[in-house]
Amino acid sequence: MSAVLAPVLAAGGHPAIVPRLVVPEALAGQLTLDEERELGTYGPACSDDLIAELELAGLRGRGGGAFPAHRKWRAVAAAPGPRVVVANGEEGEPASAKDQWLLVHRPHLVLDGVFRAAAAVGAARAVIYLAHPATVEAVEAAIAELPSTPRGLRLDLHVVEPSYVAGEETAACRAIDGGPALPVAKPPRPFEQGVGGRPTLVANVETLAHAAWIGRHGAAAYRVYGNERSPGTTLVTLGGACRRPGVYEVPFGETFGDLFAAVAGGFSAPPAALVMGGWFGGLLATARLGVACCYDAVRDAGSGLGCGAVTVLGGDAEPLAEAAEIAAWFAEQSARQCGVCIRGTAAIRDTLASLAAGTAPPSAVDDLRRWGATLPGRGACGLLDGAAALARTAVRELDTSSEKGVTE
Amino acid sequence: MKVRVDPSKCAAYGACHDACPSVFELDEWGYAQVVGDGTVPAEHETAARAAVAQCPENAIAMDE
Repeated sequence: MSAVLAPVLAAGGHPAIVPRLVVPEALAGQLTLDEERELGTYGPACSDDLIAELELAGLRGRGGGAFPAHRKWRAVAAAPGPRVVVANGEEGEPASAKDQWLLVHRPHLVLDGVFRAAAAVGAARAVIYLAHPATVEAVEAAIAELPSTPRGLRLDLHVVEPSYVAGEETAACRAIDGGPALPVAKPPRPFEQGVGGRPTLVANVETLAHAAWIGRHGAAAYRVYGNERSPGTTLVTLGGACRRPGVYEVPFGETFGDLFAAVAGGFSAPPAALVMGGWFGGLLATARLGVACCYDAVRDAGSGLGCGAVTVLGGDAEPLAEAAEIAAWFAEQSARQCGVCIRGTAAIRDTLASLAAGTAPPSAVDDLRRWGATLPGRGACGLLDGAAALARTAVRELDTSSEKGVTE
Repeated sequence: MKVRVDPSKCAAYGACHDACPSVFELDEWGYAQVVGDGTVPAEHETAARAAVAQCPENAIAMDE
């Protein structure tokens, strides 16, 4: 799957914005504490109520769920203490590299967000939850540079082996408590009972970076870019058949066609399909390149923006065969805790493979459609939902009607 | 009264469906899921309690 797993080489900002996260100063490597301070990081807050500012800003979580940040933060703040903040930088989606870019280049901006979050929810402990070695190195170096950490806050790192399920919020809490990095059934959710059974804010590191920026600049400045329901800028990981695969900061609301042209150097081969949400939003046909990159428009197109990773299939990549390989990844990544996930991901994998190979039974397309409709929400975590999205979108967006696909 | 199935515990015995088919349905592999949002109609509460008690994996949670 070389087209899908292209190495991330580039980073930058969309020409229509002044970047907030992917600033030019950070392109060459990790920013030091002094360099970050010159940019204003750890600087004074513009408001004494960060959660109210997040609500005005309309910040939505960047781990894939797009849940309104202020609601999650407020729920933790309202729960009885002591409370915990977990900065989730595990980034288990295979096509996503934005959290890694942020942690490696701007660990202080993430730490600034962690400290502001801990103050806002009244946390006594903060844990940076990581998987990729380069991110661990960068965050450790950044912490070593700090003259002090906020009074009364215990700060530590927790490192796990990278996998998709390890990034799920209940898996993060379980791992930090010394258990396996595997999801558990909800409720209770971490905001009720997380690390050590305490109310826990599990926030994606990009969400925390935006929160730090909003804390200093305010909601109105944040909303200068983007649209009503997806305000601000976001990090995207653009990959596959484009000339400059990489991590880019873009305003919400531009079309995917524009993003690939404006920041990723255009396509390197005629595009055949888009893999959305790094891979949790399934597939979109290239006719959808005019869809706007924002949560609602992508959802209305029957997909999901998720963590913002979009991979173009093109060139030698036959979309149905690529879909089958992605389905195989889902089956392999199953934590094998939920029977329905073990069976469901295997069925989707086998059926897409048979369609790609031209050996599918006549029921294949109907089966995929049914699994796409009935399996979401059935597992303890979102893995099965991702496989279901793939099944649902593969039959809707790709040509599965050819004689090659289905054997009568 | 509301019930929910923990998917990581369900082992597809199907006992819940046998005890209370109006609340628990089985998928094509035999794993249980609740009908709708898991709200139990008043007239089926006894059967639903039996389903909870009979699950060999203790996979069903009940909120009164």
